[in-house]
Amino acid sequence: MVMWRSLIKRELQLLGRQKADWLNPLVFFLLVLSLFPLGIGPEPGMLKQIAPGLVWIAALLSVLLSAERLFKDDYRYGVIEQLVAGRQGLFSYVTAKICCHWLSTGVPLILVSPLIAVLLGLDWQSWQVLIVTLILGTPVLSLLSVLGAALTMAADKGGILQALIILPLYIPLLIFASGAMEAAATALPYTGQLAVLLAFLLFALALVPLAVRQALRMNVG
Amino acid sequence: MSIILAAEALSCVRQDRVLFENLNFQLSAGQVLYIQGKNGAGKSSLLRLLAGLSLPEDGQILFHGKPLSSVAEFFAEQLLFIGHQSGIHPQLTALQNLAFWSALTEQQVADPYQLLGSLGLAGLEDIPCFMLSAGQQRRVSLARLWFTTKPLWILDEPFTSLDQQLIAKLEQHFLQHLSAGGVIVLTSHQALSASYPQLQAIELEYRW
Repeated sequence: MVMWRSLIKRELQLLGRQKADWLNPLVFFLLVLSLFPLGIGPEPGMLKQIAPGLVWIAALLSVLLSAERLFKDDYRYGVIEQLVAGRQGLFSYVTAKICCHWLSTGVPLILVSPLIAVLLGLDWQSWQVLIVTLILGTPVLSLLSVLGAALTMAADKGGILQALIILPLYIPLLIFASGAMEAAATALPYTGQLAVLLAFLLFALALVPLAVRQALRMNVG
Repeated sequence: MSIILAAEALSCVRQDRVLFENLNFQLSAGQVLYIQGKNGAGKSSLLRLLAGLSLPEDGQILFHGKPLSSVAEFFAEQLLFIGHQSGIHPQLTALQNLAFWSALTEQQVADPYQLLGSLGLAGLEDIPCFMLSAGQQRRVSLARLWFTTKPLWILDEPFTSLDQQLIAKLEQHFLQHLSAGGVIVLTSHQALSASYPQLQAIELEYRW
């Protein structure tokens, strides 16, 4: 536990020094969302109808964008090689990375969601559901993009490769998250979709850290 | 005396080129293995094999008489590996880097300021490492050797970009570690200046 706390502290120190790593995706998210009213037209009815899909597509692109450099520096400077050789700290390192990635990209998205609600003309009910889907869904986004970053950290142009690997895995998440919001907008029950999101989250939490650890080992060996 | 690390008929192939084959050695407590060879002769590849990061083409590595793969966890607990890259994140300060490695290996640094000061880094403890010179970054990386309790050290070119004074200090520290029953495997292009009681040297030939 002491080890894990120090690792979290290190990641936060790195985020503090490399502010672009978490500010850029947030700005990207807001920019993409503000482009839609400009491109499609500002009729509230129309925006409200497409809002669930928009928010989630923008969210998954911005999380994907933020993960690209996640392991690059540590790989280049030999940190990961020495972690793999030392074995004991590797898993804690992976979980600390995932945790801090969510704190730096998922949480800001949740925090700016009131702004999004205003931008897209969401009502109170839809906004509440949006927040719940973001709380359940963004950790899954983080987990999957950390996995993508670990698989592609040694590749020279890893960014696009990572998108190709990870984007298909986002599809179920996109379907159920925007499905929940659509159901809420039409006053239908949406707890089923939320339960599926929760199941995704638990499933990913259990398996992805192990997969990331294996990916790091594979890339070093 | 029991043998800690041994290689039996080890061979390594990289990109269809045989780097070395039929390599044997046995290291017991207090011994140092000094690997020499030209650039590209396979020194780093040998160290990566010994650290368990890659697998040999042929032959096997024994740790306390057992194959490395069967005692991987125990081996990793006993090992301190510093590779060709320093393992120092340039955006973090010397203190933060030190805290990271001490947390990971669960080994406390009694007084990090004093330790960094003794390595000639006084006053540079809390500026990001990318602002330090190459030699100073090396020092931050090697600072781990002063608080670790792990017996087996595998070091790739530890003397690179260090000045004479620090090389002497490092070699003194090596001697101390060996007399406490430790084992060191290292590569270097420069001759060792301290006299080691039990030195084994391997010269890797550059082969086509």
